[in-house]
Amino acid sequence: MADILKATPVREQDPKVRATNFEEVCYGYNKEEAMDEATRCLNCKNARCIQGCPVAINIPGFIMKVKDGDIEGAYEEIGKSSALPAVCGRVCPQESQCEAKCVRGIKGESVSIGKLERFVADYALENNISPKKAEKTNGHKVAVIGSGPAGLTAAGDLAKAGYEVTVFEALHELGGVLVYGIPEFRLPKDKVVKKEIEKVKELGVKFETNVVIGKSTTIDMLMEEEDFEAVFIGSGAGLPMFMGIPGETANGVFSANEYLTRSNLMKAYDNNYDTPIAAGKKVAVVGGGNVAMDAARTALRLGAEVHIVYRRSEEELPARVEEVHHAKEEGIIFDLLTNPIEILADDKGWVTGMKCIRMELGEADASGRRRPVPIPGSEFVIELDTVIMSLGTSPNPLIASTTKGLEINQRQCVVADDETGQTSKAFVFAGGDAVTGAATVILAMGAGKAGAKGIDEALSQK
Amino acid sequence: MYKIVKAEKLADMIYLMDVKAERVARHCQPGQFVIVKIDEIGERVPLTICDYDREAGTVTIVFQIVGASTERMSRLQEGDSFKDFVGPLGVASEFVTEDLEELKKKKILFVAGGVGAAPVYPQVKWLHEHGVEADVIVGSKTKDMLLLEDEMKAVAGNYYPCTDDGSYGHSGMVTTKIEQLVSEEGKKYDVCVAIGPMIMMKFVCLLTKKLDLPTVVSMNPIMVDGTGMCGACRLHVGDEIKFACVDGPEFDGHLVNFDESMERQTLYKTAEGRAWLKEKEGDTHHGGCGNCGGDE
Ligand SMILES: Cc1cc2nc3c(=O)[nH]c(=O)nc-3n(C[C@H](O)[C@H](O)[C@H](O)COP(=O)(O)OP(=O)(O)OC[C@H]3O[C@@H](n4cnc5c(N)ncnc54)[C@H](O)[C@@H]3O)c2cc1C
Ligand SMILES: Cc1cc2nc3c(=O)[nH]c(=O)nc-3n(C[C@H](O)[C@H](O)[C@H](O)COP(=O)(O)OP(=O)(O)OC[C@H]3O[C@@H](n4cnc5c(N)ncnc54)[C@H](O)[C@@H]3O)c2cc1C
Ligand code: SF4
Ligand code: SF4
Ligand code: FES
Repeated sequence: MADILKATPVREQDPKVRATNFEEVCYGYNKEEAMDEATRCLNCKNARCIQGCPVAINIPGFIMKVKDGDIEGAYEEIGKSSALPAVCGRVCPQESQCEAKCVRGIKGESVSIGKLERFVADYALENNISPKKAEKTNGHKVAVIGSGPAGLTAAGDLAKAGYEVTVFEALHELGGVLVYGIPEFRLPKDKVVKKEIEKVKELGVKFETNVVIGKSTTIDMLMEEEDFEAVFIGSGAGLPMFMGIPGETANGVFSANEYLTRSNLMKAYDNNYDTPIAAGKKVAVVGGGNVAMDAARTALRLGAEVHIVYRRSEEELPARVEEVHHAKEEGIIFDLLTNPIEILADDKGWVTGMKCIRMELGEADASGRRRPVPIPGSEFVIELDTVIMSLGTSPNPLIASTTKGLEINQRQCVVADDETGQTSKAFVFAGGDAVTGAATVILAMGAGKAGAKGIDEALSQK
Repeated sequence: MYKIVKAEKLADMIYLMDVKAERVARHCQPGQFVIVKIDEIGERVPLTICDYDREAGTVTIVFQIVGASTERMSRLQEGDSFKDFVGPLGVASEFVTEDLEELKKKKILFVAGGVGAAPVYPQVKWLHEHGVEADVIVGSKTKDMLLLEDEMKAVAGNYYPCTDDGSYGHSGMVTTKIEQLVSEEGKKYDVCVAIGPMIMMKFVCLLTKKLDLPTVVSMNPIMVDGTGMCGACRLHVGDEIKFACVDGPEFDGHLVNFDESMERQTLYKTAEGRAWLKEKEGDTHHGGCGNCGGDE
C-alpha cells in the first residue's frame, strides 16, 4: 500500500482523446483498487462522513464490506438509503458533502467515498443484483409526478413499503435531468441511468411517459378520477432564464437546456438520430455553474472552440471543482470577470458576435460573494457564431397553475415541509428542485425519501 | 405505443391520421397541439390537433411533408404506431373559456392557408357545436390542395375557398378575399383568426391592422420539448419574450414579430435538409453537390 494519506488514484480518459468523444471521462475503480482504497477508512465510531451525506448512507458500514470483498453486502447497505448509487457516485458534489467531513481529510486526502460508492453500484448493475422488494402491496395508490431523482427515490421507497406507485413523466424518456441535462461523458445513459431505473421498475413501480400533468390530466383529476390517494410532485426546475439583453432571439442563441436536450435526450451528437443541432464553430457559454460546464464540454466535443464567459472570478465559479478542472484540461477557455451586454447578428438574424464589458469585484453582496461591477469604457466584442445561455432555471408554472390550493412562493417554487414534503394541499407532497429551485441530485433524492415517509405516515393515519 | 387507426392521403404531400391516444383525446381543446415521435431515433414533431373523438380515444392530425421527419411519417400506415404522442400541449383558443352568450354576439372570421385548414377546422367545429356560425376563408395553391372542404362546409357559416392559380373559388390570395369581404361587401367582423404559413399570417396581420380588426394567429416556431423547458420556441410578442409551447401557440397577431420568427424558423432547415438528402441517397450521398457539404 502506497502513501496512506493519498487516495487511490482513479483512471481517466486522456483529455486530448476525450475532447473528441462522448465516452465517459472517468473509468472508476476496479475491485482491487476499491478494496485498496477501502482500507484507508478508519471505520470511525462517530462517523462524520455520514453527517455530510444528505441521505445518510452508512458509509463506514458499506466501506468495511468492500474491504472484505463483500460487494453484494456493500450494495445492500447502500441500498437502504439510496435508490441511485451509480448516479450519485458519479455526480454528487462529494468534496463538499461526505468527503468534506471525512477525518482522513484533516491530514491528507479524504477517503474516496464517491468513487467507492460508484464501484459498488456498477458492480451490482453488471452482476444484476436486485434490490429487495416488498412482499406484497398494501393496495394504496400513489402518483408521482416527474421521473428525476426526487420522483424515482420517492417511488422506490413507496414501492418498497408496499404502495402501488405510478410515475407520470412529461418527456418520452425517464430520468429527468439525468437524461436530458447531464451529458453522456459524465453519466452514461444506457450503462448507468437506464439500468438504475430498471431497478426501480423491478420494485414494482409503474411508469407512464408522455403525460404532462397540468395538460394531459391534473393532480385533482388524478385524485378524483383515477383514485390516487396521494401525489408526490417531483417536477424539477426546468424553465430556463435568459438575460434580457438585445439580440437574445438571434439564430445561434440557445438556452443550455435546449443545447443539452438536443445533444443528450435527442442524441443529436449521434448521426443516426434525426434531431439536428447547430453546434457552432466558436461558442460562448454564459454562466459558471455545472450546467455551463456541461454545455461547454458538449460544444467542445461537437467540434467548437469554447469560451466560458462569467462575470465573477474563478474563485466564485459555482461549478464543482472537478468539472472546472476537467473543462480546463480539455481546452475550454475561461473569460472571467466578463459580462455580455448585447448579442450582435447579421441582417439574416444569425449571431456574429457578443459585446461584453469587463468587470471587477467590489463589495460583498447578500450572498457573501464580492459583487461584480462593470469597468466603465471597457466594452469589447468577441466574434462568435453561437451563444449558450446558462443562467439558471426555475420551476415550470404548469402544475402550480392547474392545481387548486397549491401554494407557491415568489420564486415559483412549491412550498413544502422539509421533513415530510407536505404541501399546502392535503395528500399532496413535493420535493427536489420543484421545491428548492435548481440544486443537486442527492438533495432531490433526500427530498424524495422525506416525501415517501410523509406520504406513508399520512396514508397510514387515514 | 400509439396506434394509427386511420391513415389517409388528403392531397399531394398532405396526410391525415387518426391516432389512439386516450389521455390526449379526453382532455384536448381546439387550439392545442401534440408532439409526435416516430421511433427511437425520430425527432419530436409538433402538430396541431385537427379533430378528436373522446369516446374512441383518438386524435386526428394532418401534416404536410416539408422535410425528413414529415416524409418519414408519411410512410406510416394504418396499424403502425408512433412511439411517442404527447399532449394536449399549449393553451386552448381563447373562445373556449369565453362566456357563451357574449361569444354568440361576435362575428368571427377564420383565415386558413394551406395545411392551416387542419387546425382551423376543430375551432370552427367547436363554435358550430356551440351555436356560433363563423365565416371561413381557406386558401391554397390550387384546387387539388384544398383540404377538408366537405368537413369545413358542414360547420362554417359562409365558406370562401381561394386558390392562387384561380382553379377554384376566389382567384388570388386570402388577403384579397378579406379586403373584398370587408371593404367591398361591407362585412363586419369582431375578430379574425389566421392560421397558416408565417408569411401568410404576417400579411393578414398587416391588412387587419389597417382594417382595425383584432387578429389571433397560431405560431409554429421550432420546438423541442413543448413543455417550456428549452426556450427554442421563444418569440417576441410586443416587448415581451413568450414561449409558444406554453404561453401560446395563439397570440395577438398585431404584436407578434413575424420577421424575427421567420428568421428563427430557418435555423435547422439546412442541417435537416442534409439529413433527408443523406437518407434519400444513402451511400451515394457524399456531398459533391456543392451546397450541402455532405456529412461534414
Ligand atoms: C446540466 C446539468 C448538470 C447538473 N450537474 C449536476 C451534478 O453534477 N451534480 C448534482 O448533484 N446535480 C447536478 N445538477 C442538478 C440536478 O440534476 C438536479 O438538482 C436534480 O436532477 C433535481 O432532481 P428533481 O427530481 O427534483 O428534478 P428533475 O431531475 O428536473 O426531474 C423532473 C422531471 O419531472 C418532469 N416534469 C416536469 N414537469 C412535469 C409535468 N407537469 N408533468 C409530468 N412530468 C413533469 C420533467 O420532465 C423531469 O423529467 C445538474 C443539472 C443540470 C441541468
Ligand atoms: C405548434 C405547432 C403546430 C404545428 N402544426 C402543424 C400541423 O398541424 N400540420 C403540419 O403539417 N405542420 C405543423 N407544424 C409544423 C411541423 O411541426 C413542421 O412542419 C415539422 O416539424 C417539420 O419537420 P421536418 O423534419 O419534416 O421538416 P424540416 O423542415 O426538414 O425540419 C427541420 C427542422 O426544423 C424544424 N421545423 C421546420 N419547420 C418547422 C415548423 N414550421 N414548425 C416547427 N418546427 C419546424 C423541425 O424541428 C426540424 O428539426 C406545427 C408546428 C408547431 C410548432
Ligand atoms: S450519496 Fe453523495 S454524499 Fe452520500 S455518500 Fe454517496 S457520494 Fe457521498
Ligand atoms: S469519516 Fe472517513 S475514515 Fe471515518 S468512517 Fe467516514 S469515510 Fe471512514
Ligand atoms: S419547445 Fe421547448 S420551451 Fe417551448
